[in-house]
Amino acid sequence: MTRPKYAITRYTTVNRINHWTNAGLFILLLLSGLSMFHPMLFFLSGLFGGGQWARAAHPWFGVLFMLSWIGMIIQFWRINLPAREDIAWSKAIVQVVTNDDEHVPPIGRNNSGQKAVFWAMTLLIPVLFITGLLIWEVYFGEATSIEVQRVAVLIHSLAAIAAILVWVAHVYAAIWIRNSVRSMTQGYVTPGWAWHHHRKWFLELASGQRGKTPPRKDT
Amino acid sequence: MSDLQSQDYVRRSASTMTPPVARSHEDQVAKLIDVSRCIGCKACQSACMEWNDLRPEIGHFEGSYENPMDLGPSVWTLMKFAEYENEQGNLEWLIRKDGCMHCEDPGCLKACPAPGAIVQYANGIVDFISDKCIGCGYCVKGCPFDVPRISKKDHKSYKCTLCSDRVSVGLEPACVKACPTGAIMFGSKSDMTHWAGERIEDLKSRGFENAGLYDPKEVGGTHVMYVLHHADKPSLYSGLPDKPRISPVVEAWKGIIKPLAVAGIAFAAIAGFFHWITVGPNEVTEEDEEEAARALRGEREPDPEEKS
Repeated sequence: MTRPKYAITRYTTVNRINHWTNAGLFILLLLSGLSMFHPMLFFLSGLFGGGQWARAAHPWFGVLFMLSWIGMIIQFWRINLPAREDIAWSKAIVQVVTNDDEHVPPIGRNNSGQKAVFWAMTLLIPVLFITGLLIWEVYFGEATSIEVQRVAVLIHSLAAIAAILVWVAHVYAAIWIRNSVRSMTQGYVTPGWAWHHHRKWFLELASGQRGKTPPRKDT
Repeated sequence: MSDLQSQDYVRRSASTMTPPVARSHEDQVAKLIDVSRCIGCKACQSACMEWNDLRPEIGHFEGSYENPMDLGPSVWTLMKFAEYENEQGNLEWLIRKDGCMHCEDPGCLKACPAPGAIVQYANGIVDFISDKCIGCGYCVKGCPFDVPRISKKDHKSYKCTLCSDRVSVGLEPACVKACPTGAIMFGSKSDMTHWAGERIEDLKSRGFENAGLYDPKEVGGTHVMYVLHHADKPSLYSGLPDKPRISPVVEAWKGIIKPLAVAGIAFAAIAGFFHWITVGPNEVTEEDEEEAARALRGEREPDPEEKS
């Protein structure tokens, strides 16, 4: 992979493989799940070979997604721990969404929006997994009472909608903040990008590098 | 059941358009099960198996006249035997033919996500169109009477069709045909309600002062009705629900949440698009790169606490 001379690694190869495994499974879950949620979206089941196939495949995608997300938790929990700087950044949310970056306080490796996406998913995915097991007719149809399954299916839909909304925000933010997609596809950002969006993180890296060669790729 | 009458639907699962209704000018039908006249012979169970070609697996004696012990994908109707000791200390044997109640407002149909897998004909019969069934089990959650059963072989949901195939050609359901005591009657809903009224009067005159008709209003009435000697306590009859209704959890899930969620997701995506064309992308400038390069060369004192 070719990189500019001073590229800074933001996501390692393992990070990226894990992230895109997630992304693929999330989209499969979203399409098959929505097909069973609203009649006008039932046509999406055709993408999976019909309603029976969508119904049969969806829980298996879910199991893989849970496993994949555990990988994400292991790799990313530490950089998403709350920090004091998150408060100032959150207070400046209007400046953030209006691209008024002059008035946004400098932030570390992740801002509180990114942390919110991570923790929201870390909460929602296990909820979806457990309620999903309860309504997995083929294997667990008789494991719990119908009343439990009714509540489970309601929670499952609400959690899914919440997860989809978080996902829409996540995808749009990636498009809006230019070149963040590249950080997750090719793994690097330029020093200017890090300076602009995550100045504290950049300066931490820079101070570690002072007197040596500038930061470069180190996968 | 197969799809025999496709132009007289009054309800069709997972459909936002009006189903084909041109031929919907028919009488509402009902099956009336007079529990007080039932002798528990199970002729109805056999007739159901015979007409519908159902062969449930042969089970074991479980210490009860009930056989098999539960409804199933191949058991669409089942005699349930309850032993009840009344206030006088006498034993009453309450035998009830269990099966789909064919609700006027069917919870299974409301919950079903597969378009056209559950339909209701103008005569009130609720039918499963099996080739459209996806086997998700939502009908089980929607049903207030715990009736539908999912087959482990073909992952389809099954229940009593009220012999919609026989009814469509002017015959009574097979169980009605077979009943030797006239405990199961079939006809228009108004006739059956009238007939039940006479039976209830008779029962009252014989000391069953709480005799009455089971046609629960909470589900809009049913197209299978019972004459009960203890209509004040339906649950005596092997757990017939006293006040059956579609669970409020199911109502919420299949009611307001569906359109709100789709609108919410669409709104989020549209909001993103308008943010893009108004505020626009957040790009890194040449100056950012120069500032960063200066910092890397050590020309600028790094100060992580600045502005924070």
